[in-house]
Amino acid sequence: MVKYIRSRGRGRLVALLALTALVAAGATAGSAVGKARDTITLRVSLFGDFGYHNVYAAYEKSHPNINIVEDIQSYPDHHSNLAKHIATGAGADDIEAIEVGFVAQFKAQPQYFYDLRQFGASALKSRWLPWKWQQSIAPNGAQIGLGTDVGSLAICYRADLFKKAGLPSNRAAVSKLWPTWKDYIAVGKRFQAHAPKGVHFFDSGSNVYNAMIGQLNPAYYDAKGNVIVSSNPGVRAAWALTVAGIQAGESAGLAAFSNDWNTGYKKGVFATVTCPAWMMGYIQGQAPNTSGKWDIAAVPGGGGNWGGSFLAIPKQSKHPQEAYDLIKFLTSPASEAYVFKNTGNLPSQPALLKSQPVQNFRNPFFSNAPVGKIFANSALVLKPQVTGPHQGDIQTAATNATQRVEQHKQSPNASWNQFLKDVQNVS
Amino acid sequence: MSQGTAVEAVAIPPQQRRLRMRLRRLDGKVSPYLYISPFFLLFAVFGLFPLAYTGWVSLTDRNLLDPTTHFVGLDNYTALLHDSYFWNAVENTLGIFVISTVPQLFLALVLAHVLNTKLHGRTLFRMAVLLPQITSLVAVALIFTQLFSRDYGLINYVLDHVGIGKVDWEAGDYTSWIALSVMVIWRWTGYNALIYLAAMQAIPDELYEAAAIDGARPWRQFWHVTIPNLRPTIIFTVIVSTIGGLQLFTEPYLFEPDHYGATGGSARQYQTVVMYLYEKSFGSSQFKLGYASAIGWALFMLIAVISLVNFLIIRRIRSAD
Repeated sequence: MVKYIRSRGRGRLVALLALTALVAAGATAGSAVGKARDTITLRVSLFGDFGYHNVYAAYEKSHPNINIVEDIQSYPDHHSNLAKHIATGAGADDIEAIEVGFVAQFKAQPQYFYDLRQFGASALKSRWLPWKWQQSIAPNGAQIGLGTDVGSLAICYRADLFKKAGLPSNRAAVSKLWPTWKDYIAVGKRFQAHAPKGVHFFDSGSNVYNAMIGQLNPAYYDAKGNVIVSSNPGVRAAWALTVAGIQAGESAGLAAFSNDWNTGYKKGVFATVTCPAWMMGYIQGQAPNTSGKWDIAAVPGGGGNWGGSFLAIPKQSKHPQEAYDLIKFLTSPASEAYVFKNTGNLPSQPALLKSQPVQNFRNPFFSNAPVGKIFANSALVLKPQVTGPHQGDIQTAATNATQRVEQHKQSPNASWNQFLKDVQNVS
Repeated sequence: MSQGTAVEAVAIPPQQRRLRMRLRRLDGKVSPYLYISPFFLLFAVFGLFPLAYTGWVSLTDRNLLDPTTHFVGLDNYTALLHDSYFWNAVENTLGIFVISTVPQLFLALVLAHVLNTKLHGRTLFRMAVLLPQITSLVAVALIFTQLFSRDYGLINYVLDHVGIGKVDWEAGDYTSWIALSVMVIWRWTGYNALIYLAAMQAIPDELYEAAAIDGARPWRQFWHVTIPNLRPTIIFTVIVSTIGGLQLFTEPYLFEPDHYGATGGSARQYQTVVMYLYEKSFGSSQFKLGYASAIGWALFMLIAVISLVNFLIIRRIRSAD
């Protein structure tokens, strides 16, 4: 799912929250008067739009006694509030989304969540990619969440800008340009030599770096849960390549999800961006004027994941059985296929990924690229990564480290050393 | 009415009357405390208790997601003293505080002085200076963040046009402090100006008349009549600004382009103490409540010390008496 919701969504979020509050107030008032005992209100807490509105409507139609209310917050607020709510024993919704960056932390406290095996979730296991199923299993064996989407990676690029810089712009040819990240950085140098004024090869060093990290296994944690950032040569190599790209002037130096980054999409000041499946929806929302100028190529290094979520049921829920029935429906193949078509969030279920509707899906915004095939195939070969409780904080520290180099605040070496110190600090 | 008192006087036996007297005396003694008790009760529940409880938590290793808590004594405070990020946050907070409060109070004084003269449409102006105060803090921070944005901000657009060139406000150490100070100054100058204005109007006209007869020009009157009479008010505004300024959070938090983690810039160049507290408690996935509570108490002590220092400095303004 969209990993962060930023300023663009804020106004709409407020309106949405107000709306949900109204709906909730109306619902409770309605149920108090009428069929008081029959109607059950299930609250679903998400970050960003999961594209569920019509799915809820369908479910409510087939289950007249269920009323669904959605609460949406920003990515950081949602997860810190969830931690507060489960720790204080009040305030959590019946269904809570957990992003992959946080799942290790929450599954370390399985006593706060229902073990979905008690509702028969084990029978559904074969639906999901095996690693997706594994990611939400607690150390004591409890299954605390069902998978929604995965964020398999590709590169979104501006074909028109590639043409202007004298590079091939056809997606097959572009994919061939960069089998590895080293090639990607080298292509960037070629691009920069003939690029239109003010245009950079990529948006920010951190997005390139995080894409490389997303392909490593292990990356920040080893299988035993130890932090291995400083001893993992893969991490160091990703850093070195990112720095090389920044120093060659390939980065526009825009912090991901900032105002300038959003405007950068509209103005076309960067030619490529790391593209998890959910990013397609984000780009379309930010820069509808660039429709048809974008295309999608394979990610260097093959595979890789950024984002993806789970739906869990906190112990506080008074209707766990009904909540389970709902998440079973929300993560059913039909629902995930529907969500993919409408928002671009990629299903986490292999049967679905291989199915004709997904494989044949093309996106007109991205020059009719066969996005279904590109993302699904990338997801099918994806090697899962071991994550740990402070995954998100390590990523923040890494983002800051690349920005310090971009902003000339520190030398690459000094910045790397501070990154290692930060990692020690948070874990 | 007279009939009622007559009936009372007749009907009440002496014993009951004594009881009434005693109740009345008790009423005189106890009632005032009952009348003011709502404040103290609310303060005890929402002020004193959290303060004391935070003090207790700061002595433990409490983590939001970890059900087990251990008493660790002063370990959090010891760690805090050796935490370079904490001292960095203190430095940032003090820096932003100084470059926002000093010009702000000075501007407010001048503004109040101007508003105190016979202007046309004075009420309109007096109301207008309060407008920033009633604007939502979040809206202010968001708008100013856009104004100061690197590539498409209005300020950089102008600077670029006049040949100075674009400034990466958010990335620089002092430039980010300046941007944040502008937000604080914009919001609080009018508020302080109105407080000064109210105090200025309480200064008797005779003082000015006497000064005028002695040959004092308006500027001299301002320094030798207005300022000494404003002394208690200036002390008040300085203390209130100190308390508010050292707790700066919303502006720097929203100023950060990617505010997950609340680190206050890539090199923590504008992370304030409260932002650091938030980073350790809820802003990231660390959830170190014990440590964050220690930061809270350290900030409390810091504010007390700096308020005292400010009080001692400002007290040196020559009194009117």
